[in-house]
Amino acid sequence: MNKYDVIVVGGGHAGVEAALSSARLNKKTILITGNIDYISSMPCNPSIGGPAKGILVREIDSLGGEMAKIADKTYIQMRLLNASNGPAVQALRAQSDKYMYHDEMLKVLRDTKNLEIKEAYVGKLLTEDKKVKGIETIDGEVILGKAVILTTGTYLNSICFMGKEAIHSGPEGQKTYSNLSESLMENGITLFRLKTGTPPRILDSSIDYSNMIVQKGDQDKKGFSYTTKEFLPLDKQVSCYLIHTTLKTKEIVMNNLDEAAALNGEIVGVGPRYCPSIESKYVRFSTKDTHQIFVEPVSLNSNKMYLQGFSTSLPKEIQEKMVKSLPGFENAEIIEYAYAIEYDAINPLQMKRSLESKIIENLFTAGQINGTSGYEEAAAQGLMAGINASRKLDNMEPFILRRDEAYIGVLIDDLVTKGTDEPYRMLTSRAEYRLLLRDDNAEDRLMHYGHSLGLISDELYNEFIESTKRVETEIERLKTIYITGNQTEKSKMDELGLSSVYSKESLFNLIKRPDYDYRKVMYVKGEDVALTDKEIASLNTTIKYEGYIRKSLKQAEELKKMESTIIPKDINYDDIHNIASEAKEKLKTVNPDTLGQASRISGVNPSDIMILSIYLKQYKRHV
Amino acid sequence: MNNYDTICAISTSLGKSAINIIRLSGEDSIEIASKIISGVDIRKKEGGTITHAYIKENGNYIDEILVSVFRAPKSYTGENLVEINTHGGAYVTERVFDMLISLGARVALPGEFTKRAFMNNKMDLTSAEAVMDIVNANTRKSLDLANKALHRDIYNLVHELRGNIMDILLQIEVNIDYPEYEDEIEISHEKVKHDTSMLIDKITDLIDKAEVMRVYKEGIKTVILGKPNVGKSSLLNALLNQNKAIVTNISGTTRDIVEGKINIGGVVLHLLDTAGVRDTDNPIELIGIEKTMEVLNEAELVLLVLDTSAPLDAQDYSLLEMTKDKKRIIIGNKIDLHGKLDIVDIVNVSSVTKAGVDDLKKKIIKLFIDEDMEKDTEVAISSTRHIGLLKEALSSLKDAYESEKEGLYLDMLEIDFKKAYTSLGLITGEEATSDIVDELFKKFCLGK
Repeated sequence: MNKYDVIVVGGGHAGVEAALSSARLNKKTILITGNIDYISSMPCNPSIGGPAKGILVREIDSLGGEMAKIADKTYIQMRLLNASNGPAVQALRAQSDKYMYHDEMLKVLRDTKNLEIKEAYVGKLLTEDKKVKGIETIDGEVILGKAVILTTGTYLNSICFMGKEAIHSGPEGQKTYSNLSESLMENGITLFRLKTGTPPRILDSSIDYSNMIVQKGDQDKKGFSYTTKEFLPLDKQVSCYLIHTTLKTKEIVMNNLDEAAALNGEIVGVGPRYCPSIESKYVRFSTKDTHQIFVEPVSLNSNKMYLQGFSTSLPKEIQEKMVKSLPGFENAEIIEYAYAIEYDAINPLQMKRSLESKIIENLFTAGQINGTSGYEEAAAQGLMAGINASRKLDNMEPFILRRDEAYIGVLIDDLVTKGTDEPYRMLTSRAEYRLLLRDDNAEDRLMHYGHSLGLISDELYNEFIESTKRVETEIERLKTIYITGNQTEKSKMDELGLSSVYSKESLFNLIKRPDYDYRKVMYVKGEDVALTDKEIASLNTTIKYEGYIRKSLKQAEELKKMESTIIPKDINYDDIHNIASEAKEKLKTVNPDTLGQASRISGVNPSDIMILSIYLKQYKRHV
Repeated sequence: MNNYDTICAISTSLGKSAINIIRLSGEDSIEIASKIISGVDIRKKEGGTITHAYIKENGNYIDEILVSVFRAPKSYTGENLVEINTHGGAYVTERVFDMLISLGARVALPGEFTKRAFMNNKMDLTSAEAVMDIVNANTRKSLDLANKALHRDIYNLVHELRGNIMDILLQIEVNIDYPEYEDEIEISHEKVKHDTSMLIDKITDLIDKAEVMRVYKEGIKTVILGKPNVGKSSLLNALLNQNKAIVTNISGTTRDIVEGKINIGGVVLHLLDTAGVRDTDNPIELIGIEKTMEVLNEAELVLLVLDTSAPLDAQDYSLLEMTKDKKRIIIGNKIDLHGKLDIVDIVNVSSVTKAGVDDLKKKIIKLFIDEDMEKDTEVAISSTRHIGLLKEALSSLKDAYESEKEGLYLDMLEIDFKKAYTSLGLITGEEATSDIVDELFKKFCLGK
């Protein structure tokens, strides 16, 4: 019988990153998926990125993951969101070609050494003395492995709802089984129900676009991956469309609320607050008559259009009416109906920061099974689970990112510290130090980790280091070059409509002005630009926001201090009398690794933290 | 754990008095006290009871006492707590205290009882600080202030300000995560600017008022400065006599000596001596000047005394120069000798006839307390720590406002707003580190 180092169950965005990182770290890896045609599928919207999520993708890239590269190869439109906001919250969003994305990812998987792909449904987790032994498929085949990474997505014991119609089925009509859920529960793992939903897909040729607001791509020089050198020109990018729901839509939805599975009590799982169904939007914002809907192409080679913002659990015949009530959709034909899907997730509080289960040794979980929503969140966890499963087998310390280092750190810390009762979506507001966690500095933050982990090649890392040096040298140089406002300079400033310079001013200081940037000062001074676009962006941000970046770093110092106070594994919270009993229970459940993590548990108050901190100081003295 | 052992302290100040109180707090406090108490078994007493009993050692009576038993969590500290009322008298009290220590109670650190009350969620940080202020209160006004703080006035006030900042933070957040949905609330820079400027005004006003309150609570560090023989000491006496001040003559460090305290209209002046500005050619003079400068640096008010009966000399001019940036009152003394100095705003007095002394007092008060404001200045905030943190918050908000004016992105200003939010939280203890708590409670007297 074949024995593997790592068994990855599931071939979605978490599964592929987990399998790739594990195999790349020289672990004999097998990825088991129910249907190879659905590897890296996008069962919901065909896009990658957006606020916070786009930065997650950049972080995955800096750590040696795959999502960014494939997204860059397969996008059909690229936009920069929040362009009118600060650099901390700007993020790329790609409209992806759903089928190309799958094809490209499958190619990479097939070309990866140490990695095998198998088509099967897993029915059982095999364990011995609370330690992973392997898995058994529905057909009774046993596959042994030292570590198992579960990335079951929405496939775990899932039910699809369309009105009163409820089918035991995975997304996109795929199979589902309840066996694995039962096996997990037998092993002491707590499961709970979550739900999500997806809108209908419409036949392209049945839509009248003539009165819609066209949204074109606006980036032809930016991608997610550091390695991407070629970009899709704007004229080759497809358009999306913006429409608004009508009063008629509202009327149809409101008259049929009792038909909606999500609202009439048939679905017990909790849905994502930040991605609600159209019926939830009408109920929650009852005074609003219209909502925005985006019409997005699914693929260049498909006649399907996706209706972002129009997910619903209403029955098919109501969906027909709803769609036809939308402007331009009077004659629309639905290719795939919308549905809500309810599935099993594990309680993330039973998970360590390494994504290993606290209950079963060498069992890792990543993606929607951990209570998150979104491809990017899933991929980030998959990557971390693959890395940490591999490190565990090598007897190495887990790789854990702090909240001031990466959105990935925020994501995992939130999950294992606070748990979640709805699908968790990454938002910039979840990060305390988001000016430090920018899109433009993902490499600065993480590439050294990717390199020392063994997932970033020496060649690429050296290229990055060289580039960093170029930027640093240039910043120093800009402090020594001055503009005096002489006639040549002045005419160029007027030409660009820049504010005047009255006395000698260094280029460095000029860049700090709101209306100036690197390219402009170089033009005024008549100097050649020798940096790449990426380097220029980094240089501008570093100079312009120096003061605020410094403030942010200072605030992060306080976090680091709290994070460096380790809570011993054998701590007995019952020994600390003065901690409130509610806080004590929470601390026991989460079992935080550090004082910082303890401080973020809801229900644990600052006074409890002070008591804990004083206890730890004395504990240290006694040990 | 050592942390929550039983602590013990004599809570009254030792000297001859009718009674003294010894206080014990901790899980074993009732058990420990019961071992020296006879006539009643306090282990069987309910919480909140007072009982007559005796202290015995080896069968001999030591004292006749009243003992109060409080059981956790219904006690000052939230722990089991025993208070023993012994007879006054240092020997007997210390004897009982020693017995308790030998049975395993630990000598309490300053403020440790109140610290435990805070740790056990019996009071918030501002209330705990107020306990210290009540102990130290030396005027009616400072006692009022402390009581206000004890009743959570500060907490409520600061908590509300934090709420205002949180509203701004939420406004900023809303549309960052949903840029593609134009119908999410569009946050206008104008609104944030407006709200910030309102908050700046509010906190500025609060700091102004708190400074006045601080003067009431902590008094004014005052230096009487002048060359020898200008009537410095007679002026001091004139001030002291009229106000029947308590002269303590506590010797302090070598740098300065507190000469006396006087209560002028509810405000305490701490008068400091300035030994030093005497000889001009002497090397010792250099040290003297240095010391005077140190005292001057700390002083909040300088009373510079000049002799009106003689023309000003170089020494006078150098003192005028030295104090020109300080809050000061220039006093022309010896007007009974019919001299006059041509200096703006000079207050003319005679230490001998006491003429002008009342004017001087009024002027001092006016310098620190804006009379127009006084009617509605009732704020509970008065401690240096609170004012310091308010100023920190104010400076963060001003940073945000300035950056806002320069057109910086709202999501970046958030860093300033968060900083202000944290600074305010440190006042109430809604955000706090163990360092702060340790520092604070060190300032308490023993047995509180």
